[in-house]
Amino acid sequence: MHPAYSVILFTVSSGAGYGMLFLMSVLAVIGRLPVDPWFSWPAFVIALGLVSVGLLSSLLHLGHPERFLRALTQWRSSWLSREGVLAIGTYGPAGLFALGWLFVVADPQSPGTIIIVLALVTVVLCTATVFSTSMIYASLKPIPQWCRGDVPYGYLTLSFASGALLLNAVAALAGSAIDVVSVFALVGLVLAYAVKARYWRAIRAAAPVATAASAVGLEKGARVRSLDPPHTEPNYLQKEMGYRVARKHADKLRRIAYVVGLGVPVLALLVGLGLSGPLLTALAVIAAVSAHLGIVIERWLFFAEATHTVTLYYGAESV
Amino acid sequence: MTDLPAKAPARKLGLVIDLDTCVGCHACAVNCKEWNSGGFAAPLSDTDPYGAEPDGVWFNRVHSFEADANGAGRTVHFPRSCLHCDNALCVTVCPTGASYKREEDGIVLVDEDKCIGCKLCSWACPYGAREYDVNEGVMKKCTLCIDRIYNENLDEAQRVPACVSTCPVSARHFGDLADPDSAVSRLVANRGGQPLMPELGYAPVNRYLPPRPEKSHPAALEPTADSVESKFLQWVDRLLS
Repeated sequence: MHPAYSVILFTVSSGAGYGMLFLMSVLAVIGRLPVDPWFSWPAFVIALGLVSVGLLSSLLHLGHPERFLRALTQWRSSWLSREGVLAIGTYGPAGLFALGWLFVVADPQSPGTIIIVLALVTVVLCTATVFSTSMIYASLKPIPQWCRGDVPYGYLTLSFASGALLLNAVAALAGSAIDVVSVFALVGLVLAYAVKARYWRAIRAAAPVATAASAVGLEKGARVRSLDPPHTEPNYLQKEMGYRVARKHADKLRRIAYVVGLGVPVLALLVGLGLSGPLLTALAVIAAVSAHLGIVIERWLFFAEATHTVTLYYGAESV
Repeated sequence: MTDLPAKAPARKLGLVIDLDTCVGCHACAVNCKEWNSGGFAAPLSDTDPYGAEPDGVWFNRVHSFEADANGAGRTVHFPRSCLHCDNALCVTVCPTGASYKREEDGIVLVDEDKCIGCKLCSWACPYGAREYDVNEGVMKKCTLCIDRIYNENLDEAQRVPACVSTCPVSARHFGDLADPDSAVSRLVANRGGQPLMPELGYAPVNRYLPPRPEKSHPAALEPTADSVESKFLQWVDRLLS
C-alpha cells in the first residue's frame, strides 16, 4: 500500500495526542497530574494540538474535504465514520477536562467529581478513537497484513507509549518531572515493541489468503503469469495499492526502528530515572524525539509492507 | 445508507464472462469507456492522454495471462470489472453513504455528490474494481450501465451493458443471476462458472466460465518411410530425377 505522508502524519500525530490525553486523564484520576500552569498549559495545548493536526491532515487528503460532515453519518457500518464521530466527540469532554484543570482545579489530590468524571470519559473516548483508527485498517480483508486481530494492539500500545514519552518530556521541560510517567513510558514502549515484534514475525510466516489462480477463477494450483497488462502506464490501482519501494529496505528500517524507537529511548528513560535537573530534561527530550522517529518508521513500514489482493492481477503469485 | 440491503436483492443483475472465448481484443473496455464518458458517472478522467504517462479511470480492464494447469499451457484473456458482490465491503466501509448497493437489482453504485474521496472503498475491494477520479476528487466504478439496461429510448436488444453489446465473440453475458432459470444461470451451471477469490467472503455476483479443457493432441504421425508404397514412390522419384 502506498504510504501517503498525510495518513502517516495523521495516525502518528493523533495517536500521540490521544495517548497524552489518555495518560493525563489517568494521572488526574489517581491524583498525580500537576496543576502547575508551566506544565498543564503546554501539555493540554500540545495534546489537543497533535490531535487536531492529525485530524486536519486526514481531512486535507480527501478529494472533497468540504463534505466531511457527511462522514459522520455511517457509524453503523463504517469504522472510518465511527472514528470521525468519536474523534469529534472526544473534543467535548477532553476540552472541558482541560478547561477545568487549567482554570478551576487548585489541588490535584481533590479535583472534584466533575473533573474525575470528565477525565474518565476522556480515557474511554481516547481509547475508542484510537481503536477505531486501527479498525479502519484491521477490517480490510484484501490486505492480509492489516486484517489481523493484533493490529489494534499495535496502535493502542504505540499511542500510549507515544503519549507517555511526550508527556514525560513536557513535564521535564516544565521542571515538574513525574516519575510515574517515565515508568509508564518505559512499560508502554517495551509492550508496544513486543506487540510489533510478534506482528512482524507473524506477517512473514502467514499463509497467503489468495492466489493468482483464484483471482482469475482458474483451478487451484494453476500457475498464472502476467503476459500482457491492460495498460501501458501504471494506473490508480498500481500507484495506490502496488507500492513496492520500501520492501527491499524493510529489514534495515526495522533494525533502525528497534534502535532509535526502542533502544535509545529505553536507555535514556532508565538513566533518567535516577536523575533530576537539566540532564533529566535532555534525556527526556532525547527519548521522546528518538522514539517518534521510530514510530514514523513503524507506520511507514505498516503501509509499505501491506500487500493488496489486486496485485494478483499485476504479477503477484499470492497475497 | 452504506448498510447492505436488509434482505437479499430479489434480482442479482450481473455478468457472466467466458474465458474460453474471450480473445482479449479490449473492445469491451473501449466501449465501456466510450459509453460511460457520457453516462451516469461521466466524465471519466483522462490525464496526459497523448503524453508519455497516460492515466485515467476505466471501469473495465482486460488482462492477458499465461496459465499452466495440468501440464498444459494456454493464454487466458481476463476482463476485470466490478462483480457487484452480495457482501460488498466497499459499501459498508464508506463513511458517507455515497457507496450503496441497490435492493431492487443488487447493483453497487457511488453517489458522486456525497463522495468525499477518501479512497477507502478502493482499498476494501479485493478486485480493483474502483478507480479514483483525480479531476473530480471522487471514486468511480462500473454502473452495470444502469443508463442502458433500463433505457426505454434504446432498442430492447441494446438494453445491455456497453461491454456486452460490443463483444465481437459473445464472451460476455448479462442477466439475473438470482433466477436459476435465466440464460446466465444456466450457462454458469452448464459450464461450471466460477466466482473470483471466494475465499475472501465477498460473495461476488459475476461469474467467470473457465477455459474448456484442451482437446487431446492428435496421435503422433505413423512413420511412412518404410512402407511398400513409400518405397515405390522413392523408386519413382529416383527414376524421374
